[in-house]
Amino acid sequence: MADATAPFCISGATGEWEVVVGLEVHAQITATASKLFSGAATAYGAEPNTQVSLVDAAMPGMLPVPNRECIRQAVRTGLALDAVINRWSRFDRKNYFYADLPQGYQISQLFHPLVGEGEVEILLDENDEATARRIGIERIHVEQDAGKLMHDQHATMSYVDLNRCGVALMEIVSRPDMRSPAEAGAYLRKLRAILRYVGSCDGNMEEGSMRADVNVSVRRPGEPFGTRTETKNVNSVRFVMATIEHEARRQVDLIEEGGTIVQETRLFDPDRGVTRALRSKEDAHDYRYFPDPDLLPLELDEAFVEECRASLPELPDAKRKRYEGVGITPYNAAVLTAEVETARWFDALLEAGAAPAQAANWVAAELFGALNRLGKSMEECPVAPASASELLGLVADKTISTTLSKQVFEIMLETGEGAAEIVEKRGLKQTSDTGAIDAAVDQVLAANTDKVEQYKSGKPQLFGFFVGEVMKAMAGKANPQVVNERLRAKLD
Amino acid sequence: MTDLTTLTIAELRDGFRSGEFTAREIAEQYNSAVAAARSLNAYTVETPDDALAAADAADKARQSAEFGPLAGIPLGIKDLFATRGVDTTSGSRILSGFKPPYESTVTANLRSAGAGMLGKLNMDEFAMGSSNETSAYGPVISPWRRREGSNAALTPGGSSGGSAAAVAANIAAGATGTDTGGSIRQPAAFAGICGIKPTYGRCSRWGIVAFASSLDQAGPMARTVRDCAILLEAMAGFDPKDSTSFDVPVPPWEGELSGDLRGKRVGIPKEYRIDGVPAEINALWDRGIEWLRDAGAQPVEISLAHTRYALPTYYIIAPAEASSNLARYDGVRYGLRVEADGLNGMYSATRAAGFGAEVKRRIMIGTYVLSAGFYEAYFTKAQKVRSLIKRDFAAAFEQCDLILTPTAPSAAFGIGETTDPLAMYLNDVFAVPASLAGLPAMSVPGGLDAQGLPLGLHLIGRELDEQGVLNAGLAIEERAGFTAKPQRWW
Amino acid sequence: MSVTAEQVRHIARLARLEMSEEELERLVPELNNILDWVEQLGEVDTAGVEPLTAVVPNALRLRDDQVTDGECRDEILGNAPVAEHGFFAVPKVIE
Ligand SMILES: [Mg+2]
Ligand SMILES: [Zn+2]
Repeated sequence: MADATAPFCISGATGEWEVVVGLEVHAQITATASKLFSGAATAYGAEPNTQVSLVDAAMPGMLPVPNRECIRQAVRTGLALDAVINRWSRFDRKNYFYADLPQGYQISQLFHPLVGEGEVEILLDENDEATARRIGIERIHVEQDAGKLMHDQHATMSYVDLNRCGVALMEIVSRPDMRSPAEAGAYLRKLRAILRYVGSCDGNMEEGSMRADVNVSVRRPGEPFGTRTETKNVNSVRFVMATIEHEARRQVDLIEEGGTIVQETRLFDPDRGVTRALRSKEDAHDYRYFPDPDLLPLELDEAFVEECRASLPELPDAKRKRYEGVGITPYNAAVLTAEVETARWFDALLEAGAAPAQAANWVAAELFGALNRLGKSMEECPVAPASASELLGLVADKTISTTLSKQVFEIMLETGEGAAEIVEKRGLKQTSDTGAIDAAVDQVLAANTDKVEQYKSGKPQLFGFFVGEVMKAMAGKANPQVVNERLRAKLD
Repeated sequence: MTDLTTLTIAELRDGFRSGEFTAREIAEQYNSAVAAARSLNAYTVETPDDALAAADAADKARQSAEFGPLAGIPLGIKDLFATRGVDTTSGSRILSGFKPPYESTVTANLRSAGAGMLGKLNMDEFAMGSSNETSAYGPVISPWRRREGSNAALTPGGSSGGSAAAVAANIAAGATGTDTGGSIRQPAAFAGICGIKPTYGRCSRWGIVAFASSLDQAGPMARTVRDCAILLEAMAGFDPKDSTSFDVPVPPWEGELSGDLRGKRVGIPKEYRIDGVPAEINALWDRGIEWLRDAGAQPVEISLAHTRYALPTYYIIAPAEASSNLARYDGVRYGLRVEADGLNGMYSATRAAGFGAEVKRRIMIGTYVLSAGFYEAYFTKAQKVRSLIKRDFAAAFEQCDLILTPTAPSAAFGIGETTDPLAMYLNDVFAVPASLAGLPAMSVPGGLDAQGLPLGLHLIGRELDEQGVLNAGLAIEERAGFTAKPQRWW
Repeated sequence: MSVTAEQVRHIARLARLEMSEEELERLVPELNNILDWVEQLGEVDTAGVEPLTAVVPNALRLRDDQVTDGECRDEILGNAPVAEHGFFAVPKVIE
């Protein structure tokens, strides 16, 4: 894999180019049961047109009434991104005709968004604070999602499903602060993590609850921004990175061939890994934004914002710093905080009394390995934090060796039994009984006189072989430190 | 048997309660009157069964003495109000055949108060018009005719023209109207009846087909001030489904009615004396001032400096909002659809066939003033002037408690007489400022002009002071002695 | 300012109103008349004046997050000119 932290440059025929990226992320507010302006449900995957109210279908005389919880979740998200919360905001109409937009306008916020400027810190290399970058957030506004069109069900007609219509979205608009696909990827992953910590959006890109409009332009280093294109609705981190790669290359090639970039909307084709211009619309867009006269200005009082602030959990950056502060390596801290489920699980493990550094190593190596093998996510983790803590405790107080602990963990995964119970039942307790260990040492040395000869005549690397044989003879239960001591005493 | 259709709502209510007559008798007489008055073209849909069912329910409820305040009262409903299962077309071809699966909050309130529905009343298409001539279902003919030898058909005003005509012609005891820039008050004046537009936010807009959302308000149209108070009490009220609805209690307007205006100051805005308004109208205005003085009020001259800019402001804001509100009529979910090539072809063909000329004109104006490069110059400018107009009223209400003006700059005119859109817009020159400021305002008949046609006086009150407006209306009603009725020719 | 036939054509397209040439020709002077007339607002000094944002002093109310609506597909589709298999149907759209 290419070094994510190296400056990203496109070498064209005429020299080096820099890519400039800004992302508009549409994040569905999945924390609410009902839509932004109507009482219809938002659950994913319902039968077509069953989660549609008269308001969503834009029946004549229907009026929008905003959902407090949507506003609250957007404010919490804004606070988590260190953003300014605008105590006075308002909704505007964005007017255009399309079959997925029954009202003929989307209720959005152009002039006075709910959330103003904020910031996200990304880390390109988890081991290196020097690779931190700050990506500016320009604004977050709240708006309605559109419905869904299906084009392949009928020869001459498209079908319209309005279930998604009116679902609350947060549009999180970044500044054009990213300079490489890797930065954009890190930003998206970080944003997703924060949203999931906050709980406002589940970040499920497959179900469309998070998707990005990717704004890309290229320029000579140090020169002003070039003309940008916007690739709409890209629905995975990988695709966003591919979009940037491809689009930057395409723009450089075009400019170097003497062409000019036109500001246009494009689509990413995941099958071919390329972007293509959207079939040009009949006329240029003119959205005729104006304040929605059905809705008064949204005014938030201090108490509302304070409640939002107080309800925020510890966020990834703070958590990572806390972990590092208790002796967890930066890499482990980054890995453990990247996903909210992992962090929650790990916090519970610490709360159950596990030693931080040891626990972090164990989770990063053993637990992740096991989940990987089992094809399970953290939410489906078959071991409870308390059980894991029990296992780690047995290693810490030397009841079992690290080696043996792996075996115990396997049995835990298979049978669901507790660590202590397993150790007890199967007699896996580690022994430091020098009598038993000496007997085993003598037996191993007697059975391998040739190797003893070789060792003594200058092959010290054979020491490990003797240790292994003794451990094997003791079925793994010997205290490795004692085995070492006794072997040295006999051999040296 | 008395002709029950000549009684006021208050009289019907009292007669029904005392058992003088039954609700069924009222409904039957009204149903017959409605059927006999089809030449007025006031109703686009007649619902005699609805009226009878409500009447029977009222008669049944009367036995247990548990009936609503409007039990037994048959009303006409402007076709802008969604009525469950009953065609709701807003006077437009584009909504032909539309049967809403829901009932507007205002009509639901009236129904739960016991009122019955005689039918849906004709109106200017999407409430855009001041003469009812823009209706896709043909113009409403006013029951009034000029005194001297002319049989010319007159307009009842608009956009609530069907409502005004029905109440004046005794084919509805009362009616709902909506007022965006005078659509209750101007037709009320033309038809010699009362009509009040309450404070913006008093009546829920839920289920009323939207024209211009920041201006639309429902209100009652009836033969007396008292009847208006009775109806408004039932129509108004907080509705959580309309986020611009006022969460305040509905006062007992009828109970508090009083024509005693002692201690009240009545503002007379000097800017409302405008060139070209017939002398008769100014003379009536002067009489109105005297009536209010007689009722104990003290007239004071006030200034509403931006009055002359109100109409142009309105004709930017209302079309802008309308252009967006009417985007939903696209042939997909209800109403007319004209098949054509592709989605945009279908949209454009449907809307071209479904909307009439005035609606298209306003959609075009509204689209233009919101479009890129023009938004600031037109829409933002208009909203700033609107702020100034609102400020003018706020300053005026430091000096007075009520404002009196004429309702309209002319009496009813003939159908087809006014063809210039701008000349038509001028009808609302006195009505529009209060709409822009969201204030309660009422038209009360003051007298007849030389042609024998009714003229109205217009009262504007402070925010939420419907009581003050109704009381001043009552004081005028008590003194004007307006008893004229159109000669029955239909 | 005055609008040209070309601008009117553009506005009609934005508003999805099919318009014949005759209609267009009639509309150009009409719209110009109205626009000339509304442009008298230019006379008003609005320096430092905020555009009106709320007609009456009323605050936007927010509702609780509860599912109170939906599951009424028949009502939603009941008035549709063309509905099939639980969907609204429109002329095929090519993206
Ligand atoms: Mg975008
Ligand atoms: Zn958006």
